[in-house]
Amino acid sequence: MGVELRNNEAALDEMAEDGDFTDSDLVDHIRDILCSVTSGSPAALAENKDYERLISVVSHDGGHGADEEAFLVTTLEAPSRAVSCIDHDLHNLLLSAIFRMNLWTYRPQVMDAVIHFIVSLASSNGMFVDECLAMLTKQFFPPRSFQLPRGLTRKGQVLSRVHSTLNDIADVLPLSPARLVPIVLAATPQYRFHDINTLSVVMYVENMLKLESGALGEVVRIPMLAGMVELLLDLDIGWDDIEDDSSKGIFEMELEAVDKSTDDDLNDGSEITRKLSTKISGSNSFAEKLDSLLVLTFEHLESCEVGGRLIEVFETLLESFKRTVLTAYKSKFAQVIYTKLDIYEACQLTHMQSLPMFREMMENLGGYYVMFDTFFMVLISVLGLCRMSAVSYLASYLSRAKFLSASVIASTLERLVDWCSKYVKMQNDKVNPEAHRVFYSGCQAIMYLLCFRMRSMMDVPLLKSWLLRLPLESVLNNKLSPLEFLRQSKAAGLFMTLEKFEFNDFLESELSKEFGGRERLDMFFPFDPCLLKKSDRYIRPKFIFWSMVHPTYDIDEDSCDEDIGESVANENVDGMDYAILQQHYDLDEFDSALNKMSITPKNSLHSTFGGAVNKPMRMPSRIRPSTSPESL
Amino acid sequence: MEGLSVSDANLVVYLHPSTGNNVHKAILRELSSMLLRYNDTFEGIVLAYEFNILDKDAKILPGVHPYFTVRLKAKLLLYSPKPDMLVEGKVVKVTQESIHVIILGFLSAVIIDRDIREEFQYKSKHGKQLFVSRSHRRHVIKVGTMIRLLVKSVDEETLYIYGSLLPAHTGNIIWLDKQMEDTSLTDGSAKRRKGNDGESVMQEPSRISAETVSVNNDHHVKKSKKHKTQ
Repeated sequence: MGVELRNNEAALDEMAEDGDFTDSDLVDHIRDILCSVTSGSPAALAENKDYERLISVVSHDGGHGADEEAFLVTTLEAPSRAVSCIDHDLHNLLLSAIFRMNLWTYRPQVMDAVIHFIVSLASSNGMFVDECLAMLTKQFFPPRSFQLPRGLTRKGQVLSRVHSTLNDIADVLPLSPARLVPIVLAATPQYRFHDINTLSVVMYVENMLKLESGALGEVVRIPMLAGMVELLLDLDIGWDDIEDDSSKGIFEMELEAVDKSTDDDLNDGSEITRKLSTKISGSNSFAEKLDSLLVLTFEHLESCEVGGRLIEVFETLLESFKRTVLTAYKSKFAQVIYTKLDIYEACQLTHMQSLPMFREMMENLGGYYVMFDTFFMVLISVLGLCRMSAVSYLASYLSRAKFLSASVIASTLERLVDWCSKYVKMQNDKVNPEAHRVFYSGCQAIMYLLCFRMRSMMDVPLLKSWLLRLPLESVLNNKLSPLEFLRQSKAAGLFMTLEKFEFNDFLESELSKEFGGRERLDMFFPFDPCLLKKSDRYIRPKFIFWSMVHPTYDIDEDSCDEDIGESVANENVDGMDYAILQQHYDLDEFDSALNKMSITPKNSLHSTFGGAVNKPMRMPSRIRPSTSPESL
Repeated sequence: MEGLSVSDANLVVYLHPSTGNNVHKAILRELSSMLLRYNDTFEGIVLAYEFNILDKDAKILPGVHPYFTVRLKAKLLLYSPKPDMLVEGKVVKVTQESIHVIILGFLSAVIIDRDIREEFQYKSKHGKQLFVSRSHRRHVIKVGTMIRLLVKSVDEETLYIYGSLLPAHTGNIIWLDKQMEDTSLTDGSAKRRKGNDGESVMQEPSRISAETVSVNNDHHVKKSKKHKTQ
């Protein structure tokens, strides 16, 4: 600003000396001062001592004694009654001094005075509205020195004032919420995650959500929620950008978290492990930010549920899912994205279970149709990439969400199979990975779904007979020969179906060398287990882990659908979907195959089925000796 | 109220090809983006619209994205407050220095103390702020009162009206109308009664312009203005 402030003490004294003002005298005096300013330049300021003193009082932000604070309060109250004399250009020095004030550093009385001034200013002149809103938005960020348990009272004091002020301004200026939206969104820490600590990010989003649930919610709900989703998505991408081996990052973290490990990654893993564990444990890591934000989101969704407005929120989230998340599919390393989708999952879950209305809807299969319809709509839409990710979201969601009943899954599976078989009938083409990739991902999804859900569907007699009647044969064994293609593609690396299963397997349990070397998967299942520690507690209860499905095939192996068995009977067994293939092996082999899919540590991917059975638990990665994998 | 008008507009809307599967929705979206904003072309704030698509065939605009152009005939409800108009609004906040008013539920207006005529005196009773006329004790302005004010200037960007209560025919609408009724009764002059429910329309004869169509008779549609967006 280039304003040379005089000694503050002197300035305070001088103003105080001016005598025993009554309130209105003071207001008049301030008005006179304000009116006497003829130019906004610092040069003019030097000629106007009174004005200069006024500014120096306001911008004095060192420590405040009780006297000084009382004086500051008085000094601020007076201009707030003289706002009509404030000119945007003439008084820019004063204004910018006030807009720079940080509420967090003041006591409640001063906060009130500042807030009062801001409200008066915003409501007196349209030109100041944006700046006032921006000033309030800035308070969403705590100061750098802020720490949580200690600063909780302070946080309450500041934020309750800020939000009530925003409401006050909206009372006088009905259009101000619409102006607030771009200001809030522009100030999100979206592009500067590096410079900002987790607490600030969380607090900012907390405030966004507070706006969403507050009196202004009607106007700001959609942009705020969409902004939050974008922020999460960016955090995903940013995380990915930072870590060259992001795939390893996640899995390493999981290893650390569950304190299980394998030997497979020893050769190249130890150094990366160290590097990543510092990244992950660092308070500023993207993972931690993402984790904390997810927790915040879950909490918010829970509060929405309590408040009974979950449906609105859910609709908004679904819309922004369609727009933002689905289309982001190819743009990033796929696996990372799943963390964010858990929101939708949680959204679905929390509410549908508890709200009686939804429970009823669920029984009628209605509740999920909203969501599944979205997927199906995308499926029949034009955009290839979206269609593929829609399929994988659908399969993954159906597979992983614990609360879905068998009949919901069955009906959706039927639609999926139906879609695939229609697709087959329409095509005269031969095997063509490029042209039919949506179809192939559809087949992939069906298999994935069956892996997870066959058991539960088999338990219901009605569904069992229905399942046996499904035209799976026509879908899986036809001129497009998805299974054949899937196998070939393994070598070609175009379509990672088979590895996909292994991949999922590993996602839950361990890291393999093969996996680390993989650049990208053409298909991913977004609802794979979330490895973030804090948010885990929200997800775990609603989640089906592969280890939970595992007993299915122990008991049920004979009853597994023969039609699938037949359809794949001609296929080369190596690399086939375990769940489908199990009946081709004797029990021992089968057990070992299951081991591969379970969450318990196990050996390398490429060992044969009978290779390693029931290996004991291994030592944690950090203290393991560096040897090659046992299984090899 | 002054400043409200219905305009017939010939519009051309350019739609992104991705919206081709639901043209109607896309047009609604496009037109809705004009709502509650000052529009230079129409010289007013668009409050509402209805439209008919003129032609089922749309021209395609050559370019990287083949936008298609849909021609519409639209009826727009416009509000264009201009200086020296009389407008009506509800008081939402009263301070010693200012009166804050909301017009039509979305436009904010402020009257600062310099623009409140001397007749009004600020009082604070039981924590409620109000302005009371010195000469007529019943003429009160407080939160919730519908008042009539004169437009001094309009900030079109922020949709902010700077108003004035200096002229004698401004102030509490109910009181003013009652006053007028009384005067006309005692004078025996031509009666000018209007519905006094606060939503009434009361215009100075000189202020009724040919272009103005009040809300109460918006079936009376003005056909003169035709506009095109770019």
